Amino acid sequence: MPVPEHFEFFIDPNRCIGCQSCVQACGECDTHKGTPMIHLEFVDRAESVQTVPVVCMHCDTPTCAEVCPADAIKRTEDGVVQTARKPRCIACGNCVQACPFGVPKLDIEKQLMMKCDMCYDRTSVGKKPMCATVCPSQALFFGTREQIEAMRPRSKPMNQFKFGGQTIRTKVNMMVPIDVMPRYVDVTAAMDDRSAGKRLSLNVINEDPFAEIEV
Amino acid sequence: MATLPVKELQIIDAFGPHVSRMAGPQLNTNIEPDKLVKTHCCFCGQQCGIQLKVKENAVIGFEPWEEFPFNRGMLCPKGVKRYLQGSHPDRLLTAFTRDPSSPSGFRAMGYEEAVKKVAGEIQRIQSTYGNKAFGVLGGASLTTEKTYLLGKFARVTLQTPYIDYNGRLCMVSAGVGNKKAFGIDRAANPWQDIIGADAIWIAGANVAECSPITTNYIWQAREQGAKVIVQDPRITPIARTCDLFLPVKPGRDAALFAGVLNLMIQNNWIDREFVEKNTVGFQQVADYCKQWTLKKTADETGVPARSLEKAAELWGTAKTSFMMHARGIEHSTHGVQNVLGAINLVLATGRIGRKNCGYATIVGQANGQGGREHGQKCDQLPGWREITNPEHRKYIADVWKINEADLPGPGVDCLEMFRKIDAGEIKGLLSICFNPKVSLPDNQVVQRALEKLEFYVAIDFFLNDTARHADIVLPGSLHEEDEGIVTQVEGRVIKINKAVDCPGEAKEDWKIIQDIAAALDRPHGMTFTGPKAIFEELRIASKGGVADYSGITWEKIEADYGIFWPCPSHDYKTGEPIDHPGTPRLFVEGSYNPVAKGNGPFYFPDGKARFNVAAYSPPAEEICAEYPVILTTGRVVSQFLSGTQTRRIGPLVDQYPEPKIEIHPKLAAKLGIVDGDWTLAETRRGAITLRAMVVTTIRPDTAFVPYHWAGPKSANRLTISAQDPISKIPEYKVCAVRISKAPGEPAYVKELEPQQG
Repeated sequence: MPVPEHFEFFIDPNRCIGCQSCVQACGECDTHKGTPMIHLEFVDRAESVQTVPVVCMHCDTPTCAEVCPADAIKRTEDGVVQTARKPRCIACGNCVQACPFGVPKLDIEKQLMMKCDMCYDRTSVGKKPMCATVCPSQALFFGTREQIEAMRPRSKPMNQFKFGGQTIRTKVNMMVPIDVMPRYVDVTAAMDDRSAGKRLSLNVINEDPFAEIEV
Repeated sequence: MATLPVKELQIIDAFGPHVSRMAGPQLNTNIEPDKLVKTHCCFCGQQCGIQLKVKENAVIGFEPWEEFPFNRGMLCPKGVKRYLQGSHPDRLLTAFTRDPSSPSGFRAMGYEEAVKKVAGEIQRIQSTYGNKAFGVLGGASLTTEKTYLLGKFARVTLQTPYIDYNGRLCMVSAGVGNKKAFGIDRAANPWQDIIGADAIWIAGANVAECSPITTNYIWQAREQGAKVIVQDPRITPIARTCDLFLPVKPGRDAALFAGVLNLMIQNNWIDREFVEKNTVGFQQVADYCKQWTLKKTADETGVPARSLEKAAELWGTAKTSFMMHARGIEHSTHGVQNVLGAINLVLATGRIGRKNCGYATIVGQANGQGGREHGQKCDQLPGWREITNPEHRKYIADVWKINEADLPGPGVDCLEMFRKIDAGEIKGLLSICFNPKVSLPDNQVVQRALEKLEFYVAIDFFLNDTARHADIVLPGSLHEEDEGIVTQVEGRVIKINKAVDCPGEAKEDWKIIQDIAAALDRPHGMTFTGPKAIFEELRIASKGGVADYSGITWEKIEADYGIFWPCPSHDYKTGEPIDHPGTPRLFVEGSYNPVAKGNGPFYFPDGKARFNVAAYSPPAEEICAEYPVILTTGRVVSQFLSGTQTRRIGPLVDQYPEPKIEIHPKLAAKLGIVDGDWTLAETRRGAITLRAMVVTTIRPDTAFVPYHWAGPKSANRLTISAQDPISKIPEYKVCAVRISKAPGEPAYVKELEPQQG
């Protein structure tokens, strides 16, 4: 049974509290017990507590699959990009280099690229992915578009990302502030900026609250 | 003889903390569990619902429990990995006795022989020095049945007044403040009331790390338009996107509340009608607050005047609101005053007792609420009854079938108990669910005191840092090996269900307590057949008390996903038996309670809430030239309390392996420290060396160290044992520290694993 079409995956970094519950829970999933397939990144810990959970975005035209010389990475009919097929994967790491979101990881010991498959074992039987089920802040949400629109009026789902000249549409949605709703998220635009943590939108403390304190 | 039997490292070698990782059936992807047991997490006060996967009497994993209404499947990393505490290499499977001739310092002992030895020592100490020479320490992670039994064991079996618990380090300032203002000590509202509130004030609560599930309630409220105010010396994850951040200097909360209330009075943002009709004491509070001018408040609290004005406006003009606070304001020598200051802001707006108008302290421990209601606190009897109140004493003495005259009077708080041990007044100690060698402030004094005990027995499932001093260790039960109730953060009484049997010779804690009573030949009232029988007596003991559980049954809890107390078995007015549904929201207009008897919604004879003058005084230890930085302590999300469990769970240790000293780049630059440097923190009490974490998310005049580690990594080597005069909570959140770049790597690095202290 495929992932029910009306259920979608939404990421809202604005809500992320960096607790790593998603990562810890990912390692509990039946198909890859003990090895989390997702990770959490601090944007710039020195400047901010902002964190971002990194799950596979499940691209419509997955770069990882496109660059795979062994044709080991398959996308299911319902749009889930899967871990490399063991008999085919040659552990060359092309996919790791190519993925614009930095998702696939190479397991040297297993000689296999492994990545988030949206908890296919769970979603295909009507359950929610482990990470989105446990996420205490619901920065990771799995549900219908109607649910998220009703619950989160301040942001909107967006699934187009731009990397230089490449635009990618993904199965997974990123929640973006409704007042700055762009046509796409330009992922590389802020690459050279410092202290991005302080300039993210939505109520982020935008002045240094400790500026006047002497030591 | 509670000195360490051998070198601490040798004990650690044998008993840990070692880390557990997924192994065997926990890693097997093709295994079908025998059963899924619906229960709750063993850690914090949120008490998230969780299902444990059980195979052949071992917990092999978990499955989210999405139907449980509080967390709907959500879990923090501790909840996700909690199952790894079972089948652990450090699990105590037999009793142990101190044996300096053994390399590990301990020798396994038959359970019955060990219990007999414990009874003999209690007998000897009490007959030599009197009943009061033996003390009992409990904890707020125990089920309520166990805390009830422990209180009864101390008062009836041992006839000692000296019992107290680790909630003294956690919940007591809020408890006292709530009693003084409302006459009852419980979160006033269910968490659902957070969603829909216009303004949410979070005072001294690192919600994202210490009560992660609450985050989603706050975020959801924000989606619906709530303005979020956060009062904290650090920009914690909940503060990052708040509408107003109040960067308060540690220990200045009462001043902040007074200054804001003064501004609200000046702007007439007061619900005069509510104040008039439902409260007493407003004028005295208003008079006190007058001195807290904007300038004086800003100067004292370190919060800019414009932010104080904004806070008063946001809070003063909101239509609905939710005030929540935690240890940040409570861990203070004026913790009760801080709590009362927060409550004054609630009462002045009249926003309580209605949908989306709420107030709560966020409890820290699993049973932080239930564990403080039924008699393991030194001044208290079941049902939140007072041990000095003759009527209350008579009622409980009757339930316990003893003479009221034989019921001991009030004891002393747990810190004072250690002072009495140090002074030689208390000669023997039984502890369960408490690790004071890590958790008490100025904790090197604890070691000195322990060494003076003639006899110390610890009941535990792992040999915790304090239990290393024990003469006898009795193997108790893990959370999943027993059943009973706990009361979570909202006041919802829920049921912990048994998933597996105790391994080896380990026993359920209630059995061990009763076995000791039997071996003492003092079985009176200590012959319960199980937790359910204890609960049935607890229902009677709590009946008519403020914390009334008499109408709660285990069956009702299971059917309704928990029952909020008070839940009486009989109608307060008519005395007729009723099937009471519980009380999710307190102080509803027109509600009836047994204290006010219809005079009003609050738990005083006139039914009115109390404004209390919340007087500010500075922390016990101010910074000076010698110790120029403020030290504050707290938690990280992947560890819990003194780490007895979480320092033994591999994936949680990996997440945040060792404590760090968090400082601002301004301070770091002045001291010549860069991120990752070994850094020495010294106070008048002790010194520790940890790596620095240099971040702009903390006040430049403040340093933060998490407290979950032991020995040379223990933040509580630094903290001060000054206490609130009323609640007796220690001032963990403020002391003066000197920070410098360490000359090099500390010696412990070569000896200890990251999780070890």
